[in-house]
Amino acid sequence: MRLALREALLAFRRAPMLSALSVTTIAFSLFAFGLFGLVALNIRNALREVEDRVEIRAFIADGTGAEATGAAMGDIAAFPEAASVRLVTQAQALDRARRELGEFSDVFEEGILPASIELRLKPGFRDPATVKAIAKRIEVYDFVDDIRFGEEWVEKLYRLRNVATLAGASLGLTFAIVAVIIIGSTIRMAVLAREREIAIMRLVGATDGFIRAPFLIEGFLKGTLGGLFALLLAWTALIVINRFVVQAAFFDQWMGAVGVLAGASIGLVGSALSVGRHLKRV
Amino acid sequence: MIRFSHVHKTFARSGVALHDVSFQVNKGEFVFITGPSGAGKSTILKLCFFEELPTKGEVKVWGTSSATYRPTDVPKLRRRLGIIFQDFRLLEDRSVEANVAFALEVTGTPSVQIPGRVSRLLSQVGLAAKATALPRELSGGEQQRVAIARALANDPVALVADEPTGNLDERATRGIFQLFRDINANGTAVLMATHDLDLVRRSECRTIEITRGQIVFDTAADGGMRPSGALPAVEDEL
Repeated sequence: MRLALREALLAFRRAPMLSALSVTTIAFSLFAFGLFGLVALNIRNALREVEDRVEIRAFIADGTGAEATGAAMGDIAAFPEAASVRLVTQAQALDRARRELGEFSDVFEEGILPASIELRLKPGFRDPATVKAIAKRIEVYDFVDDIRFGEEWVEKLYRLRNVATLAGASLGLTFAIVAVIIIGSTIRMAVLAREREIAIMRLVGATDGFIRAPFLIEGFLKGTLGGLFALLLAWTALIVINRFVVQAAFFDQWMGAVGVLAGASIGLVGSALSVGRHLKRV
Repeated sequence: MIRFSHVHKTFARSGVALHDVSFQVNKGEFVFITGPSGAGKSTILKLCFFEELPTKGEVKVWGTSSATYRPTDVPKLRRRLGIIFQDFRLLEDRSVEANVAFALEVTGTPSVQIPGRVSRLLSQVGLAAKATALPRELSGGEQQRVAIARALANDPVALVADEPTGNLDERATRGIFQLFRDINANGTAVLMATHDLDLVRRSECRTIEITRGQIVFDTAADGGMRPSGALPAVEDEL
């Protein structure tokens, strides 16, 4: 193992230009992947914010007793999908309407707006089908006059999210495949540059595992370095975007680590494929 | 130790390379393989270290049979053989001692043992004073000595040499051949393919002549006698 590590490090010293080229290529392909990741992350954050506002509003008929409303609220709060349940009295509804409408605040008279029960849902229960089903369960109360949950925009929101997820997964996968191909090619160049050495190793009785090890370590190191470099490039790009375009979020530590690890894994897989193919050929 | 039994070898592009070749090399023997270019000498050597496999028949080397071997047996087999080529096949960016040490490192020799063994091997081939030189700083004969030291690194039971003197002048050829004789005198078998008929004639070693993929004579099988005309006289050749 020590010899394999030494050989892998020596490969950087013996061919510094080729190594630098490999790391840069890996970095740029991961950077493209990372930029796309940043866009996906920010779209997801924006959608999550909108999604947080999904709520079911059950309007209560005039003259409903506080006891009946309280009992219903207790039942609704016990729904496994419920995040919070709130009673909005007629007075509160009027206040809110006046606040939201500003200069037209005087169009509402007291008692014109009904009281309502507002139910917010836990994440994972905000898709149109679940929202509709929960709304149906609330509708059964006698005192519920009407129920609203913005059926149309919830559906639109989910359609948008599905399209974004699908586009993200396809483009992400495409970038990952491109990165593997590029990394595989750069490692292949390194393998070909050491073709003679590999042939001699085989002649003197080195096992395929022994021959493979330095290349796998080299691929892993190049992938890791490329991943770190890509992270740095993405960070620089974010600073520029934040300054000149729009405030955007960056990957958290965990995502950053996953990105570097992905670079290392792609380096490892690219190396394994290239060396494996070469060993099969010779 | 090396046994060819009715070996046939056919290449997809160039056709038949060997046809029904059978012979055996015993422990400690010195055997020349001669014949014109394209006769199949190199193919025989490649079959010895399983670089090629027979199309038909069996090659058995130090207990490993081409009919039953597993891929993991090949590195083990190659550690029991020393393989030498006309073009030396040295690592140009590494010193003489690093080239020899390389063969020990890749076969897992403990690192503390390597310097001592490299030093002994270089003394054996007469290159102790050039341990730190790079291959390009050496003559052809010296480079071949490095290749021989590397081939001897893992104490092989046999040396398999493909035209080892093909790139050398007469003086270097004599030196290398003497080195092979010394190695052979210590019990290592030598199987050497060569064009150098003068060398073969002077040596009195067992000779197998191949023509168009077939053995035309084997001095061991023919009671040590070479058929008349099989090896042209030096004058004829000149």
